Amino acid sequence: MKHTLSVLVENKPGVLVRVAGLFSRRGFNIDSLTVGRTENPDVSRMTIVVDGDDRFIEQVTKQLHKLIDVIKISDISAEEYVDRDLVLIKVAAEPSQRVEIMQMAGVFRARVVDLGRKTITLECTGHEGKINAFEESLRPYGIKELVRTGKVAMLRGSKLSGDAELTGRRKDGE
Amino acid sequence: MTVAEAIVRCLEKEGVKVVFGYPGGAILPVYDALYHTSNIKHVLVRHEQGAVHAADGYARVTGKVGVCMATSGPGATNLVTGIANAYMDSIPLVLFTGQVPVSQIGTDSFQEVDITGITLPITKHNYLVKDPDKVPSIVKSAFHIASTGRPGPVLIDLPKDVTLAKIDFKYPTAVKLRGYKPTYRGHPYKIREVAEIIRKSQRPVIYAGGGILSSNAADELVQLAETISAPVTNTFMGLASFPGDHPLFLGMLGLHGTRYANLAITECDLLIALGARFDDRVVLKLGAFAPNATVIHIDIDPAEIGKIVKTHVPLVGDVKHVLKALVPLLEKVDRSEWLERIQQLKEQYPLTYGEGAGLKPQFIIEELCRLTKGRAIVVTDVGQHQMWVAQYYRFHEPRSLVSSGGLGTMGFGLPAAVGASMAESGKQVILVTGDGSIQMTMQELGTLMEQELPLKIFVMNNFSLGMVRQLQKFYHEGRYMATTFRFHPDFPLLAQSYGMKAYTLETREDAVHLLPEILSEPGPVMVNCLIPPEEDVMPMVLAGKGIDEAID
Repeated sequence: MKHTLSVLVENKPGVLVRVAGLFSRRGFNIDSLTVGRTENPDVSRMTIVVDGDDRFIEQVTKQLHKLIDVIKISDISAEEYVDRDLVLIKVAAEPSQRVEIMQMAGVFRARVVDLGRKTITLECTGHEGKINAFEESLRPYGIKELVRTGKVAMLRGSKLSGDAELTGRRKDGE
Repeated sequence: MTVAEAIVRCLEKEGVKVVFGYPGGAILPVYDALYHTSNIKHVLVRHEQGAVHAADGYARVTGKVGVCMATSGPGATNLVTGIANAYMDSIPLVLFTGQVPVSQIGTDSFQEVDITGITLPITKHNYLVKDPDKVPSIVKSAFHIASTGRPGPVLIDLPKDVTLAKIDFKYPTAVKLRGYKPTYRGHPYKIREVAEIIRKSQRPVIYAGGGILSSNAADELVQLAETISAPVTNTFMGLASFPGDHPLFLGMLGLHGTRYANLAITECDLLIALGARFDDRVVLKLGAFAPNATVIHIDIDPAEIGKIVKTHVPLVGDVKHVLKALVPLLEKVDRSEWLERIQQLKEQYPLTYGEGAGLKPQFIIEELCRLTKGRAIVVTDVGQHQMWVAQYYRFHEPRSLVSSGGLGTMGFGLPAAVGASMAESGKQVILVTGDGSIQMTMQELGTLMEQELPLKIFVMNNFSLGMVRQLQKFYHEGRYMATTFRFHPDFPLLAQSYGMKAYTLETREDAVHLLPEILSEPGPVMVNCLIPPEEDVMPMVLAGKGIDEAID
């Protein structure tokens, strides 16, 4: 099962390599990883999607907790949450095909961000499944280039991911 | 003052008495600062690997943080094996390495290496310092991280321009680390649950590891065992945490453990794991390890719980804290039936070795134990001799075995013995090594002599890499590829060239007659013990077999 871990880390050089290195040397696979600053400039949030059973996720979480620069970990997939992925896709488009492609983009609420002589670049955000469907629908035209951000996620309602109940340390301390 | 001077002040504030190291260009400002202090003794080793192992040996004996210094580039990379060794055995170390000036980092300049990158997976934490003002708080954090929670090595990489910079020195009184708060006290509800399960058990076994030593919980361990009348087996790392001659002691368990310890594990209905991590050399075949037992696992590192075996009651906390809370909840019980069964196993499967011709290494260890009353500090290297020490030396006091457990680092012994001898424990220090191991770090004999340490070195010399040879015997039909030495230095002559006394033991009679004299020598001695190459470490559990299937 896929799990989405929301990880608060110190915003310091080398933190990403500590987290990524931990995954590779313990034989854990990362599906996607995004990182960016939070409302607090000293703190970054990583959204890590990993695939594995509960025991595996427990071990990943515990090992991450041992990193000094990791402040908090929440497995937000255990709760109600929203997540978004952003994609930029450059599609081959002869001037005659532009309208058709732009109509398609409208269905997915994607936006045109650039227009070339023979290409059109689209931006789309949404749930992973929607992004996949968008990509499939453009494939027949010829995708020249594609870049995805990976998933960012947040708990629904007034709950904060940083305070979610499922931080590994608390779970085991009890 | 300069950052280098500030670092020395930080070390003084941390109560550091000894630093093991080797100078070089990039770390020179720190050495210059050491020149101006008389409070810290610097021990000059002969290779940086020796410095880190010596700091490690010092830390294991004293329980304090071992401190080590080296220069950039090769100086730093030479520390790597020793850092990995300390990391695997959870030994608190703070290591300082020199680095090229900040402006040259990343340009492949002379003696530049990315040591924080290299040591990422083998340190508890590490720092590359770029801001001179942060040095005091980083040093403070490093000592805190190294010595608290599950201990481990912390490295601080110091660019030369940083150590030369001037700062206003102020040593912080507290450490603020948002992401690091080890759990010391076990949850009271869980502790009560553990007490209840112990009360209901018929055949409990305590399986105690190195965590007992790091948390200084040896007394509490004895109290627990005596209160609930449970036999105690030690992991290799846990040896010396329980008295070797205690009637409840089962010796070491696992691959080369006693058969009665291994069978007690098989027959127990409750396994109480204390500061141990279910290492593969202990568990062997997973399904056959304590198959009938409820498992209680008490450890300060949450990541160890449930990592290997299914745990019924996890309890995160410092073993000493937890046992202090747990023992008063328990009442004294008499488990005569279970203890009789244990006694029966001890009689049925005693630890023995053949009394054949030649000088038996097991006999030497037994004699050393008898003559020192089990109260010496025994340092070992890695291989057969290490297992013979584990089996035949009955330790009495915590922190009296210094050995590389997790990483199995040949060459650890001599430098670690230098560190152990510098600990001022007031105890005799003995190094038991092999002819293979000692040749890996033999240059530290110079350090030993320079520091005037009265170490007694026993080289178990079988002209081969005994443990590997044993593996070839059992798993490769006796094809002894690259495990026999066709050339050796004359060990006694080598020792004499350093100004050490030397002996050679060839027979049992030699050992009986000369060992008392050797141990009472005032200075360092090297003893070349010519032991039979065909001697194996027994008992042994063959690959793929369960813990109850050892062969003698």
